Amino acid sequence: MPDRAVFFQRYGVGLALVLLIIFNLAVTPNFATSQTLAVNLTQVCTIVIVGVGMTLVIATGGIDLSVGSLMAIAGALSPMFFTGELFAAPLYVGIALGIVVPIIIAGVFGLFNGWLVTKFSIQPIIATLVLFIAGRGIAQVSTNGDLQVFKVPEFQAIAIGRVLGVPFQVWIMLVIVAVAAFILHRTVFGKQVLAVGGNEAAARLAGVPVTRIKFLVYAISGLCSGVAGLIVIAMNSAADANLIGLGMELDAIAAVVVGGTLLSGGRATIVGTLLGALVIQLVRYTLLANGVPDPAALVVKAGLIVLAVWLQRQEQN
Amino acid sequence: MRGWGISPSMAVVAVLIVLTLLGAWRYDGFLSEYNVQSVLRYNSMFALVALGMCFVIMTGGIDLSVGSVAAFSSVVAAHLSGYGLLAGLLGGLGAGLLAGTLNAVIVTRLKILPFIATLATMLAASGTALLLANNQSVSVSYETGFVDLGQGDLLSFMRPEWVDGDNAGVLGGILGFILSFPTPAFIALAAYIVAGIVIGHTAFGRHILASGGGTEASRLMGLPVDRAIFFAYVISGGTAGMAGVILAAQFGAGQPIEGIGWELFAIASVVVGGTLLTGGKGSIGGTLAGALLLGIIFTILNFENGMGWISLSAYWQSVVRGAFLFVVVVLQAKLSLRQEA
Amino acid sequence: MQAISKSFGGIPALSEASLEVMPAEIMALVGQNGAGKSTMIKILNGAYVRDSGTIEFDGGPWTAGSPQQAQRAGISTIFQEINLIGYRSVAENIFLGREPRRAFGLLDWKKINDEAAALLARFDVRVDVRAPLEHFSTAIQQMVAIARAVSFAAKLVIMDEPTSSLDEAEVDVLLRTVRQLKAEGVSVLFVSHKFDELYAVCDRVTIMRDGKTVAVTPMSDISKLQLVASMLGRELDEVAKKGATAFKGGTGNVGGELLAAKGIAIGHLVRDANLDVRRGEIVGLAGLLGSGRTETARAIFAADQRAAGDVTFDGAATRFKTPAEAIAAGMGYCSEDRKSQGIIPGMSVAENLTLALMPALTRSGLLDEAKQREVVERFIKEIGIKCAGPNQKIRELSGGNQQKVLLARWLCMNPKLLILDEPTRGIDVGAKAEIQSLIRRLASDGLGVLMISSELEEIVEGADRVFVLREGRTVAEFDHENLTEGDIMRAMAHDDAEDRRQAEGASTSA
Repeated sequence: MPDRAVFFQRYGVGLALVLLIIFNLAVTPNFATSQTLAVNLTQVCTIVIVGVGMTLVIATGGIDLSVGSLMAIAGALSPMFFTGELFAAPLYVGIALGIVVPIIIAGVFGLFNGWLVTKFSIQPIIATLVLFIAGRGIAQVSTNGDLQVFKVPEFQAIAIGRVLGVPFQVWIMLVIVAVAAFILHRTVFGKQVLAVGGNEAAARLAGVPVTRIKFLVYAISGLCSGVAGLIVIAMNSAADANLIGLGMELDAIAAVVVGGTLLSGGRATIVGTLLGALVIQLVRYTLLANGVPDPAALVVKAGLIVLAVWLQRQEQN
Repeated sequence: MRGWGISPSMAVVAVLIVLTLLGAWRYDGFLSEYNVQSVLRYNSMFALVALGMCFVIMTGGIDLSVGSVAAFSSVVAAHLSGYGLLAGLLGGLGAGLLAGTLNAVIVTRLKILPFIATLATMLAASGTALLLANNQSVSVSYETGFVDLGQGDLLSFMRPEWVDGDNAGVLGGILGFILSFPTPAFIALAAYIVAGIVIGHTAFGRHILASGGGTEASRLMGLPVDRAIFFAYVISGGTAGMAGVILAAQFGAGQPIEGIGWELFAIASVVVGGTLLTGGKGSIGGTLAGALLLGIIFTILNFENGMGWISLSAYWQSVVRGAFLFVVVVLQAKLSLRQEA
Repeated sequence: MQAISKSFGGIPALSEASLEVMPAEIMALVGQNGAGKSTMIKILNGAYVRDSGTIEFDGGPWTAGSPQQAQRAGISTIFQEINLIGYRSVAENIFLGREPRRAFGLLDWKKINDEAAALLARFDVRVDVRAPLEHFSTAIQQMVAIARAVSFAAKLVIMDEPTSSLDEAEVDVLLRTVRQLKAEGVSVLFVSHKFDELYAVCDRVTIMRDGKTVAVTPMSDISKLQLVASMLGRELDEVAKKGATAFKGGTGNVGGELLAAKGIAIGHLVRDANLDVRRGEIVGLAGLLGSGRTETARAIFAADQRAAGDVTFDGAATRFKTPAEAIAAGMGYCSEDRKSQGIIPGMSVAENLTLALMPALTRSGLLDEAKQREVVERFIKEIGIKCAGPNQKIRELSGGNQQKVLLARWLCMNPKLLILDEPTRGIDVGAKAEIQSLIRRLASDGLGVLMISSELEEIVEGADRVFVLREGRTVAEFDHENLTEGDIMRAMAHDDAEDRRQAEGASTSA
């Protein structure tokens, strides 16, 4: 077992992040500004939020491909509540409904994933493929594919409002990360999630409610996707069912894997997912800021993912 | 295929026929030469991608990169189309094979899960396509005959005049129909025939199915499992590449951002066509039927809207595809659960 | 095979074992779990490489680099888990890897199907060879595997428990096939735990124990009882050696009935298992491998669903659907397979120990880590778990200490009944004694224990009462008083079928 691989697996993300920051401080002009920080954090917000749910799913040994589509559903439904399209309601009631209802709906779709995975023992990648395909269609159908433009600052505050100079969505992300990390490491539920991913047969024999745990992680993944979907439309002041969350499953999985969560389940780190997303974003930023075209960053990201998974394999062997 | 495995694909073919008859009965011009040709022309790209996907899924893997590989190939083909039809064709095909080989190496040599490996290739192909295309579509050359690969009708030069005359009759109608078969559909059909022979009648094809049906057992039997899996990904890259060539030729441009969601269409076609997503059991003919079925659903939605009775948006198609996938996957799962019990 | 040795990570699996099979001979290979049979087979067929020793095959020195190479040379193995491809047709499964071809490299389906049908007909199997293999019974699938071996011109066919999932009629067909192989000059190495079958077809028997070959003898020269005794390494009339185990004390304060299982049945493996356990009592469940011991225990714990039978626990008839329900009612179960059914390798000692208890260790929904540490430290001290601390990963512990953690996982729940499946397997002597005396101590505190063990001394000395299972049926019940290992062995080995056969005077060609 190569110790070096283990080392990179454990501390690689943090190390990479530090190196990237040092490199940028030395090379990239205007790097050490609050502007740069805000830009980079805003870019990773939705990825990290979705990544948190994905981390929990992957911790049980599963995967959720439907996250992008669930974002689209939540994002497409939300404006109907506060633009008065469905019914007239006081603004703040509309906004409250426009936040709560879509998130719950996304959570219910997450439960549907859990149902397929547990009830029919369908492999997670296939089970969540169903909503990966149908979910975006549902979002498009419910808006007829139209772009819904709105200007409701009270709602958009969830993304672009600032508290202590930091965008509100960053706060949401940090809260979700903190809560999820706490749940994963400090609650019975968190331990049971890891137990299911670590050895499902043993967990079942020890009385862990494996089915319920799986249901819950997919539901949480759905809820996280819902939140991320709302942030996206609030940022754009428009909901486009065709585009919300497109390709998000890839970004989220990439962040989780680069962050050091085992794809086979049993070991997970929420903070790692945050760092993983930051590394991927910072690589892209570094390349862009130094004149490398954006598409090249995609190629680099692909390399990062393969490297991260390959390192996991080396450790497991 | 042989004997018993035919039933799921038969069901798809039956649904396909029913939908076609329904369309013919309900809509004017549904079976018109123009409509059929354009449906075939457009869907041949998807059929090709689904074919390669079928090989990969038969081994128990999955290829998420097909869409962006097709886009990448379309860009390469468009760039090379100025050097002649053949240059564009081989360039695009080669680009696809290259991407497929990359998948194959990551999966079989680095032993990385197929969906992660092909996801990485998806990003890489997409990035490379955008780089090569400088973030915009790349016009193809109209002087070399390259566009005929997408827009031409392969046998149109043979078309006798009387077929289009007033006295053509049924025979003339049928002959005309065949002779105006679009080139991309010919390419797809040829690929399917070759694939059908490879899967049904060569050792390589049987080894692909065996590898998916029981990797460890196949190894113990001494089958070249890794080689079978390797070439399944190469083939998938190749068909995606060919789809990219047709894409460029049909729309007159290499399109670096096309292909989003193609992998889903392909997976849905394969699964609806009766191939097990877990590998080991599948049907080439069923995949073709699955691809046509999904294509025809889209066409019917268009016609339905044209009639103005109800207004179903085109977006229903992904809902319908997802629903199809759901039904098939649940049925497959129930079947295998019952067998275990 | 001479003086074959093999060890895994320093632990010897085979030490100087030997095996000899003559041309056209059917050789039985028997031994307890861990005796080294499967290691022997895997060295022979190339799945493992031996550390030392020599192998001769077909008149020359032999080393198989891989199962495929062995197959080509004429050694085919038929595993219990049939290693064929269920989705593919019968004919394909026979010819995969060297399919007859026509021009252009195309397969000659007609030849494939015709030859497959002809091959199977030699063994009296007449099926549609074009149908997928999965459509057929396990017995037919075994035949197909044998046909595949024969089509490779096999000189030696190794059968690893081929009959374990067959019903009686199917077993007959298989045994006929084995004799057919012998008639065609093929040698067979037949591994099975069902003595009837061994006596029915085998010429000689090789008995292995603890990685060594302990006896080789013609089948007709050894009685079933001697066979069992030899496998277990016990003298026939040996009186239990007092003090060989650490089960000190004895029946103390045995209370009322705690568990009663009647007529348990699951598939082919368990047909009619009956047993009961009283409070404060250690009940031993004995039986040879394949007798359905583990399956019965799992059914009681609801780890698998039983097909038939009644279980009464703690005064109430139960029909648990999940282990969680059984646990809630006061049961605990330690699997024989610590690694894949017991520990969560990546988690700490503390987490593994409190895995079942955790839901009760909460304070306003959160895991009460102080309470958890308290429980963990108490048990680490109480039952002497040697670890660097509660946070050490369990996979870094020795087998004995892992087992102690798993025992503690249940003990901290205050269970009424503990089902222990091979509680001391793969554990060093010191830890073994500790675990044995712990079990006795727990029982004298009122815990009911159902203990499955392959070690007779553990059963004879440790258990207050013993049930013996044979081929899925409870065939005997013994009290601790005056119980000898011979009693148990007789119950394990005895079979009505033998009497019946002798009564009928039917001679089976051996």
